[in-house]
Amino acid sequence: MTPLLQVEKVSKYYGRRIGCADVSFDLYPGEVMGIVGESGSGKSTLLSCLAGHLVPDSGAVRFDTRADGLRDTVTMSEPERRMLGRTDWAFVHQHARDGLRMNVSAGGNVGERLMAVNARHYGEIRDKAIDWLGRVEISDDRIDDRPTAFSGGMQQRLQIARNLVTGPRLVFMDEPTGGLDVSVQARLLDLMRGLVREMNLSAIIVTHDLAVVRLLADRLMVMKDGHMVETGLTDQVLDDPQHAYTQLLVSSVLQV
Amino acid sequence: MSAYNFAYLDEQTKRMIRRAILKGLAIPGYQVPFASREMPMPYGWGTGGVQVTASVLMPEDTLKVIDQGADDTTNAVSIRRFFERTAGVAVTEATVEASVIQTRHRIPEEPLQAGQILVYQVPIPEPLRFLEPSEVETRKMHSLEEYGLMHVKLYEDISQHGAIATAYAYPVKVEGRYVMDPSPIPKFDNPKLEMEAIQLFGAGREQRIYAIPPFTQVVSLDFDDYPFAPTKADHACDLCGAEDSYLDELIVDDAGGRMFMCSDTDYCLTRRKAGHIGAQGVPYEEASV
Amino acid sequence: MINVRNVTKSFTLHNQGGVEIPVVVGASFQVAAGSCVALVGASGAGKSTLMRMIYGNYLTQSGQIIVGDTDVVQAQPREILKLRRETLGYVSQFLRVVPRVSTLDVVAEPLLATGHAKAEAIAQAAALLARLNIPERLWTLSPTTFSGGEQQRVNIARGFAHSYPALLLDEPTASLDPINRATVLEMIQEAKARGAAIIGIFHDQAAREAICDHLIDVTAYAPRSAA
Repeated sequence: MTPLLQVEKVSKYYGRRIGCADVSFDLYPGEVMGIVGESGSGKSTLLSCLAGHLVPDSGAVRFDTRADGLRDTVTMSEPERRMLGRTDWAFVHQHARDGLRMNVSAGGNVGERLMAVNARHYGEIRDKAIDWLGRVEISDDRIDDRPTAFSGGMQQRLQIARNLVTGPRLVFMDEPTGGLDVSVQARLLDLMRGLVREMNLSAIIVTHDLAVVRLLADRLMVMKDGHMVETGLTDQVLDDPQHAYTQLLVSSVLQV
Repeated sequence: MSAYNFAYLDEQTKRMIRRAILKGLAIPGYQVPFASREMPMPYGWGTGGVQVTASVLMPEDTLKVIDQGADDTTNAVSIRRFFERTAGVAVTEATVEASVIQTRHRIPEEPLQAGQILVYQVPIPEPLRFLEPSEVETRKMHSLEEYGLMHVKLYEDISQHGAIATAYAYPVKVEGRYVMDPSPIPKFDNPKLEMEAIQLFGAGREQRIYAIPPFTQVVSLDFDDYPFAPTKADHACDLCGAEDSYLDELIVDDAGGRMFMCSDTDYCLTRRKAGHIGAQGVPYEEASV
Repeated sequence: MINVRNVTKSFTLHNQGGVEIPVVVGASFQVAAGSCVALVGASGAGKSTLMRMIYGNYLTQSGQIIVGDTDVVQAQPREILKLRRETLGYVSQFLRVVPRVSTLDVVAEPLLATGHAKAEAIAQAAALLARLNIPERLWTLSPTTFSGGEQQRVNIARGFAHSYPALLLDEPTASLDPINRATVLEMIQEAKARGAAIIGIFHDQAAREAICDHLIDVTAYAPRSAA
């Protein structure tokens, strides 16, 4: 079986400071991997390198493209990489306003990726937008409202709909539940679990919330000071952590 | 006349602008940056168009300047006078007689011929601007032909108004490559963008020049189920009776009386001279007495 | 079906001076398809630890744990996930679910994960919940608000939704009333009858005697007894 994403010794430095160093892993179709670590541990830098938002200083990020199999996205041309970014990849930002067009209606936000791949039939675009708003539990009478009129949880769900409408195979998520009420978080987590299963999505989720990864991620990578210190099955890493830092992390979670 | 260099701008500047124009003609629809100069008029009054006109003008040219189709509005009159003084070129109001026509917001009704140059005044050259504020990003989108966003704007139109409500500055795709803002001409004029004459666009404040060479394909963007349709007031000109020209609506009294008339004053006048009379018009001879 | 060969496990507590605590040494046993084995031993002897090692929840330092044709000790995460999805079920003492997801959906999830149609999965989940006497009015609620006994039955329903060839049961009858206890034992018998290999921890001695074919005293694998 070919991995969907093959990451090999990815390093990124900010001057002499380490962003992330020597990170390698394979991600297979349908797998959800969580990346946890404290602020400044390099998890967001790593995610940016994987999603093509940052150019790593060394290493390879190979993606199993539909046409040519595994291709290094670091060295592929920018048009190809951006094409991946609006077809096979999706990126869900922590702050919905970074991932949405706030002055465009919900329907336009969802339709943009379709139009970007040359959908030119208004009725079909709109039908798809309505379908996707339904899937993320936004009622279709909100289709012409702008996201500024939405609650934080709705904005985040809209962002997910906008990203998934073109049927991507790999979703990058940066703290997707950060800044949301716990009740809203639960609904979002359940939604994401369902979508991951139905669409056989692979996902890489960066978060510092161990409860989120336990519910969402199959696998877990623990980062500290830019290095990957531990990786394995999510419940195994959380229940039987091997590295000193992971043990500290797990034992530091407050019990409710 | 000797107080100014021909057509106001110095020769180095004109050369720089001509280079931008040539590049624009070579890459139809592509926005070429240029070092826009301060002109003796405020931004928004056609400083971009004036610099382009100044750079293409030859002493033997005949210049016509229109604003919203009319030769007799303030903007048109000032610019025409400006070039009379600084270049000493002949001026005209007749579309067929002009070799260079500077325009704001209209294309003349009379089809332009090979050898003529139409210069547009452009306020905002970037068609993607209102949806994507970053210039770095829009340039990247142009270079990679990522034009999905342009259709988002049209989508928003339909979702809000039930039809593509964009009535002017309607985006076009030039020669199958660059998406371009045709300046705020009514979309009625969009089909005329495919013409025999050279079309040059100048944005002074934004420092961009772009061009459409003769016989270039210019397609107005649309959806399969909402095709592009040029629109005008459903009326004939009340002065000359023309049914095929773009009309201005005029309130003529306090009782709500209205009349429609050609926005292209030269076109209207030429027709009236030829004996055409509209519903509220009078024969041309009588009117001029 | 399940073959445990000479496995060893210890915990290293890095944040408490790097203390190393051995918990399992040299455990070896087998469970054939269609049989049930009970792990016995005093509290703290390592019954649950051994069970978690078989499930891949705890890392095993050495030895082999073969379930079906997968060695849990060596397997990649995705291989273990596949094993858990298709082959190895686990009914733990604790219910861990996404808050606000309905009980029906919680029970149907293992079926959806193995590719069953939504309607079929929901129907089967409903049948299981009915059999375990979960009142129908609770089905659309999240089990997080349920009583301990109800949660345990939801957990059992979830564990039995898919016909796993191997099952791990951690105190499945602990907080159940006699009627539900009988139902659960019946379900375990049925699983045995269809050929499932079962490893269980039962403090309930009567239940243990009713369904288990062998007892394995994990005290034998505890480091203390080796000394």
